[in-house]
Amino acid sequence: MFVKNALRAATAISLIAAAGSASAETITIATVNNGDMIRMQGLTDDFTAKTGHEVEWVTLEENVLRQRVTTDISTKGGAFDIMTIGMYETPIWGANGWLVALDNLSEGYDAADILPAMAGGLSHDGTLYAAPFYGESSMIMYRTDLMEKAGLDMPKDPTWTFIREAAAAMTDRDNEINGICLRGKAGWGEGGAFITAMSNSFGARWFDMDWNAQFDSEAWANTVNFFKDTMDESGPAGYATNGFNENLSLFQQGKCGMWIDATVAASFVTNPNDSTVADKVGFALAPDNGLGKRSNWLWAWALAIPAGTQKQDAAVQFIEWATSKDYIELVASKEGWANVPPGARVSLYENPNYQAVPFAQMTLDSILSADPNNSTVEESPYVGVQFAAIPEFAGIATEVSQEFSAAYAGQQTVEEALAKAQALTNDAMEAAGYR
Amino acid sequence: MARSIAPRRKAINTLLAWSIGFLIFFPILWTILTSFKTEATAIANPPVFIGFDWTLENYQAVMERSNYGRFLWNSIVIAGGSTILGILIAIPAAWSMAFVPSKRTKDILLWMLSTKMLPAVGVLYPIYLLFIRMGLLDTKIGLMIVLMLINLPIIVWMLYTYFKEIPGEILEAARMDGATLREEVIYILTPMAIPGIASTLLLNVILAWNEAFWTLNLTAAKAAPLTAFIASYSSPEGLFYAKLSAASTMAIAPILILGWFSQKQLVSGLTFGAVK
Repeated sequence: MFVKNALRAATAISLIAAAGSASAETITIATVNNGDMIRMQGLTDDFTAKTGHEVEWVTLEENVLRQRVTTDISTKGGAFDIMTIGMYETPIWGANGWLVALDNLSEGYDAADILPAMAGGLSHDGTLYAAPFYGESSMIMYRTDLMEKAGLDMPKDPTWTFIREAAAAMTDRDNEINGICLRGKAGWGEGGAFITAMSNSFGARWFDMDWNAQFDSEAWANTVNFFKDTMDESGPAGYATNGFNENLSLFQQGKCGMWIDATVAASFVTNPNDSTVADKVGFALAPDNGLGKRSNWLWAWALAIPAGTQKQDAAVQFIEWATSKDYIELVASKEGWANVPPGARVSLYENPNYQAVPFAQMTLDSILSADPNNSTVEESPYVGVQFAAIPEFAGIATEVSQEFSAAYAGQQTVEEALAKAQALTNDAMEAAGYR
Repeated sequence: MARSIAPRRKAINTLLAWSIGFLIFFPILWTILTSFKTEATAIANPPVFIGFDWTLENYQAVMERSNYGRFLWNSIVIAGGSTILGILIAIPAAWSMAFVPSKRTKDILLWMLSTKMLPAVGVLYPIYLLFIRMGLLDTKIGLMIVLMLINLPIIVWMLYTYFKEIPGEILEAARMDGATLREEVIYILTPMAIPGIASTLLLNVILAWNEAFWTLNLTAAKAAPLTAFIASYSSPEGLFYAKLSAASTMAIAPILILGWFSQKQLVSGLTFGAVK
């Protein structure tokens, strides 16, 4: 009898211990080194206090992270319980069955509050596979003082023609002021993203409906020639190697009249601790050409759960915490409304506190004017604004952007760059079996 | 006449050597200086060299955000472990190649070196899959094995050239005195090759410490060394150069100090063997 009772007690104790260990997990999260992500790491104690789960962070540079998580998820390595991925990877990985569908989130989470553009870009076949932590588009950031000095008024929704004229008017080479700073750096996420988004407003597209490359079109020639001519007239020296950080640095030092780039940059250029022009910055929608498409992109950094993780429940709890309305309130209470993760939830833009932030409305308007499912003037077979959501795109677009950068640097003509882009894209698509 | 030319030439040589030394050291010096600037000063154009308000805020921010101690410990264990493991395997291998060469020894040596020419990414997936199957992903022992394997050709080559300098007759004499193979290697060969072994050890520690491809790709949170610590401060969307410089300075400081104190052994060892 004693032995039986002892066995029962031992079983009960081990079950309780097992239940205890199952309820308190340690999850590993791979993420990028962006300001909003770092802020989230600093607030992890709040999640641990609410759920008991601990979090281990693996923070990597964007390109390293992309390679690292791709290796892990494609081999089912299981090194991470949550991965920070973008709009490019999510639909592809969702289609491959590599991600856990986020179709069972709790009622209190209010998934319907996610901005439709973000939810659409992070879904495959209507199923959400990643929850947006923050979203961004691109817009014009301009120097109000230089615009005034040039005798111009920036419209809310300018055309490319106006931007080129304004850039020329603001350029003052003697005082090292460049009328416009844009990304020319090679890389599909750098200059490649910008020129692709810009090409949408010129009526260009990457592929026709049979996946034939379209770089031999007049629209692409107009896009790249316009970019190069404008930058040669009014851009900084060496713009062919300038990316986000280089242009941010130039703008913060007062050396750019206009900068068209990610909406998240607004908080950097208006921060008086880092920017010498913090109180002289205005915002406008990315330019268009009257063809019905603007040149702004759409991107989200989102949290996804790799299929096969042993800690799915804890991972879902973390995602619900980090992308919730309560988290936004938490950041606002600690760091102010200008520092909350933008572009993910409709309710944020209905909040009067956030509406007072100078770039809030323009960020929302920019996000709403980009549609990843209908990004080009002519019909195209792909999803994505500044990319085509197919696995081959990153490699092809990196090569294409290298050709364009070489043209910006004067190492070849625009025509030569476009011809090479056309050939290498068609070759790659043929090898991949699209054509 | 000769006396009047020699000092001038010596001065020129000294100036040239210092200039080259300064050029080589400048990126490290600039990183260290940047780590004491604010983010705004770090991107100032024209750059500010010395005349800025020095601050420790970047080091404070890095220490608050990251568990530096854990990254440092992982680096020490991985670099040290892989080096010891490599030396244990390379000494017998180099002994046999130096003192009992076969017709194919030169070919084997060249083949070993040729494995260094394979781009690491070419074998990333096979090794990653092996690590998953063997439960070695994100473990220090897994990284020790990989780093030992990738540095083994260099260790064997270096030890081989040091051993070749040792007269084989000494080993023969030991054998005639009744020394076993183990005793010959441990009590005769190793003490005579200590400078070479020491410089090989130091060079391998430096190589393993700085290795970034495998240490980033085969780790997550538990076994990540200082290379992952640096990578966590690099960002394409945001100017965090001062913090990145602080993290880099903290990552290279231990190996800089080690190199500084052991430079005499390192230089004498390198000029003793084939790398001369």
